[in-house]
Amino acid sequence: MFDLMWLLIAIPLASGALLLIWGKESDRFGHLIGTAASAASFVLGVVLFVRLMGEDAGHRSQAVSLFTWIDTGTFHVEMSFVLDQLSGLFVLLITGVGTLIHVYSIGYMGHDERRRRFFAYLNIFVAAMLTLVLAGDYLVLFLGWEGVGLASYLLIGFWQHKPSAAAAAKKAFVVNRVGDIGMALAIMLMFAQFGTSAIAAVDAAAPGAGDSVTTALGLLLLLGACGKSAQVPLQSWLLDAMEGPTPVSALIHAATMVTAGVYLVVRSNAIFDASEVARTAVIVVGLVTLLAGAWIGCAKDDIKKALAGSTMSQIGYMMLAAGLGPAGYAFAVFHLITHGFFKANMFLGAGSVMHGMDDDVEMRHYGGLRTMMPITFATFGLGYLAIIGVPPFAGFWSKDKIIEAAFGENLWVGLGALLGAGVTAFYMTRLMILTFLSQKRWRDDVHPHESPRVMTWPLIGLAALSAVGGILLLGDWITEWLEPVVGHAEHHELAVPAIVLTIIITAVVLLGVVAAVVFYRREPIAAETPADSSVSIFARAGRHELYGNEVNETLVVRPTRHLTRFLVWLDGMGIDGFVTGLADRLGDTSQLLRKPQTGYVRSYALTMFGGVAVVVLCLLAVTLA
Amino acid sequence: MITTFISAELPPIDAPTIEYSLLGPLFIVTGVAVLGVLVEAFWPRASRFVVQAVLAVVGIVAALADTVWVYTDLDRIDAPLQARGQVAGEGALTVDGPGVFTWGILLVFGLMSMLLFAERRLEGGLSAFTGRAADAPGSSAEAQAVQLRVEHTEVFPLALFALVGMMLFATSNDLLTMFVALEVLSLPLYLLCALARRRRLLSQEAALKYFLLGAFSSVFFLYGIALAYGYSGSFELSAIDTAVTNRTGGENMLLASIALMAVGLLFKIGAAPFHTWTPDVYQGAPTPVTAFMAAGTKAAAFLALLRVFYVGFGGSQWDWRPTIVAIAIITMFLGAVVSISQTDVKRMLAYSSIAHAGFLLVGFVGVYAGVAGSDRITSVSSVLFYLAVYGLSSIGAFAVVTLVRDSGGETTHLSKWAGLGRTSPLLAGSFAIFMLSFAGIPLTGGFIGKWGVFSAAYAGGFWWLVVIGVMISALAAYFYVRVIVLMFFTDPVGDGPTVAVPSVLTTVVIVVAVVGTVGLGIIPGPVLDLAQHAGAFVR
Repeated sequence: MFDLMWLLIAIPLASGALLLIWGKESDRFGHLIGTAASAASFVLGVVLFVRLMGEDAGHRSQAVSLFTWIDTGTFHVEMSFVLDQLSGLFVLLITGVGTLIHVYSIGYMGHDERRRRFFAYLNIFVAAMLTLVLAGDYLVLFLGWEGVGLASYLLIGFWQHKPSAAAAAKKAFVVNRVGDIGMALAIMLMFAQFGTSAIAAVDAAAPGAGDSVTTALGLLLLLGACGKSAQVPLQSWLLDAMEGPTPVSALIHAATMVTAGVYLVVRSNAIFDASEVARTAVIVVGLVTLLAGAWIGCAKDDIKKALAGSTMSQIGYMMLAAGLGPAGYAFAVFHLITHGFFKANMFLGAGSVMHGMDDDVEMRHYGGLRTMMPITFATFGLGYLAIIGVPPFAGFWSKDKIIEAAFGENLWVGLGALLGAGVTAFYMTRLMILTFLSQKRWRDDVHPHESPRVMTWPLIGLAALSAVGGILLLGDWITEWLEPVVGHAEHHELAVPAIVLTIIITAVVLLGVVAAVVFYRREPIAAETPADSSVSIFARAGRHELYGNEVNETLVVRPTRHLTRFLVWLDGMGIDGFVTGLADRLGDTSQLLRKPQTGYVRSYALTMFGGVAVVVLCLLAVTLA
Repeated sequence: MITTFISAELPPIDAPTIEYSLLGPLFIVTGVAVLGVLVEAFWPRASRFVVQAVLAVVGIVAALADTVWVYTDLDRIDAPLQARGQVAGEGALTVDGPGVFTWGILLVFGLMSMLLFAERRLEGGLSAFTGRAADAPGSSAEAQAVQLRVEHTEVFPLALFALVGMMLFATSNDLLTMFVALEVLSLPLYLLCALARRRRLLSQEAALKYFLLGAFSSVFFLYGIALAYGYSGSFELSAIDTAVTNRTGGENMLLASIALMAVGLLFKIGAAPFHTWTPDVYQGAPTPVTAFMAAGTKAAAFLALLRVFYVGFGGSQWDWRPTIVAIAIITMFLGAVVSISQTDVKRMLAYSSIAHAGFLLVGFVGVYAGVAGSDRITSVSSVLFYLAVYGLSSIGAFAVVTLVRDSGGETTHLSKWAGLGRTSPLLAGSFAIFMLSFAGIPLTGGFIGKWGVFSAAYAGGFWWLVVIGVMISALAAYFYVRVIVLMFFTDPVGDGPTVAVPSVLTTVVIVVAVVGTVGLGIIPGPVLDLAQHAGAFVR
């Protein structure tokens, strides 16, 4: 039965290829094929997962090798896939949320004449993402890694007629290349050090490897994870990526692909466990991103960008948890799953709002939409409660556990995470007020309306999951389930009882909510974004994404441009100059050498005679020497 | 009584033993050439051209068949040092693997050249040779000769004599035979060079230059032979080898002999600084003769060079190799560089031939005889293969030159060739293939040939010479590719040349050359094996 796991990948891949190859005739039903493929993959995933639960704990890691991919010299790579407790959860998340988003897209992309192509790309994304999580070899993982990067590029730039979308796609691609270099180097280093890139073999070899090796490996993998998961310092592409269609933002840039970095760290737990430095780096990256993302989320008036900032911030939580080692891996995955539910829910909700508002993304043009879009409001509201961590919704359980573990690690890390929770509550409440509450601010020619059922049903499904996702923690199920993969966690004794900490966290969250309510209830909200000069320096920094683009521009782009100019100059003057100069000199030499060819036989004879003399002398010189 | 008296007075005379079966190809070609002279004397003028052409072709084909038979027959004659064959003709000749292989390629080149000689459609029913060589160029007598449609049918026997001289040259075992062979091959060529129908003054000038400089070089060669005799007391290569190996004294005499003989042979292959005749003669000679010379003389002279230096002076190789290396470098460089500035296609091909002489010398100085159990190509085999490929491509290229014409005959100025690929893609494509082969581009025979000589030189310890050789190949590729660019990527000039439609003769030559050039590049195995199978020289 587990031999069929390749079908998980093959079905959406085949469907994607089919949709790309099949001509216009399939425009009418192409989206249905794409959705069916994703659903089939989900059904198979559920069956396999149930089978996996049926096995004893010792047999829950099922490996399948399809064929030998590379076999040169001592480098041997199998096209192998592993379905275990970790990848099983991911398969369910990817195919489940993916299928809901496919369904939603039928409505959302209904008027787009390239809808078939959109579904093909979505299918390819699902196939690549499944390859990534099922891979049994880092090189196969890299294949999926690049595959999702490609799908992301194609989908961000799906509306390529917009220059901003094309530019955003390129930006995402380029920034991801930086991370991919880390990934590629890590795989090369594995091969150089361990002679293999198979995940199981690397896991076995990592504890015995030197500290410098595991640290280097950990930092390189972290670089890769930063690129894919939009963590500082490679965060700049994610906000621009919101140029893509909203279902893409929900699936790729919120629920699944951007969490691949977290998956990578958790999957490589053997390496990170062996290196204190790498783990600390992960914590720092996670904490910084968590706060930076929250800050940006507070300042953006574009609903998708505010949510994107929030995504950054939530992935920061996951990274932070993953950096805590065995104490945090399970909670990182747990938060990843609940976040997949509620963030996809809210992105789709934002898409539903935009759908009713003529694709306007400016929250200041919204206001009072709760009566116009009751289902969207209700589902979005559940997502909101989940993300800010109100008990008993999903986010409460997962975030609470991460903050608790963070306090177990270090007081300052814990305080940072706690601050993040408060800020999250603030910006999410602000988003809710600007969009659904407060007074109406839209123009008269806009007619907000509820979305069609094909879009609201996925919202309802995801909202339900956002509400009850916390049950995974029931009886510590998820920690015990993942323990064989990520290792056993030593329980940290906290200075205060866990229940007290939970109350403190909830209080901080409430504080954030109250602050937002007070701030945005006090005066009428402007229908246009206030000028930069009239807002505080914090808001200004947040609006400019903490000047990340400017930093990149100064530190990377401009020096590179200068280097390029220098190289072009060098190429023109030095290399071309050398080459053409060489050709010119050869031409000159040629002209010079043809001079003796006078046509006079007497000078020819003289040349010959000179040649004879030289040859004779040379030969005699050999003996004299 | 008288007989007993004589036998008492004079020592008995042994009849010389001649191995007729082994020397068959030589006898056939010589016999046909002599028959050609008789035909010239007695056959009616009207049909003489056709008879001579048929006779020459049939004779060469017969000799070729016999050569194949002799080559297979060699397998039964084992000689020491991985050689097969034997000394024949009372020590005058050596019939061995490399020699008979060279007979084979010389006869193939000869056959293709005879087909070009016999082409009469291009000049409106007349051959490429002048009708009456004795007429002053531009005189009324000349015009009369054209009107009467007289032709020099002697070109066929002359070419056959030159061919037999080449074959002898490649298999001489003693230096006097070699000298005679040199003259036998050269004198008919001097004459043939002077016989062009168009641009006769240029042709006659070329012949005179070739004759004067050839005589000049022969003198050095002869002096070298005399010194070799003075050193060793023999003309036979094996005896010279013994003397050289035993170091019988008189080192300077030996070295001077080596130097002077080298000059004579290097002149024939067109190596610098003895190449000066090549461009002028190649340009002036009738193009079919140029094709014959470029392919045949080079092959024969290279075999003589190999034989003299490997067999006769092999024991002294540490003395002559440095000088030959220097000459090889100078030759490659000069040939490649000067061809860049050539504007005449025949002169360009002449410089190309000089460059190729340099590449062949690279294989030659490797002096790699192979080791047991190794498949690596030996110096002799690599040179043999190179000569086969180069000769084929060369004849093909010159055959193409005969077809690109305007009112004044062949249009050899390169600028007129612009855009030829647009107007006659097949012809230009063939020429492009020959150029690529000369440049040594993979999938052509030229690549395998270059690989062979470089491999042999590397095995002989001259890795740095190989580096230089490869760099110069890159240099040489420049002007070969330039011709291709000119033909295919340049707009045709206004009054461009017309491409004449040849008879089946020239067509066959070009097709065979193209097929051979490409075939030797894609499946070089059979010919390469044959060259490798030729083995070493018999001493």
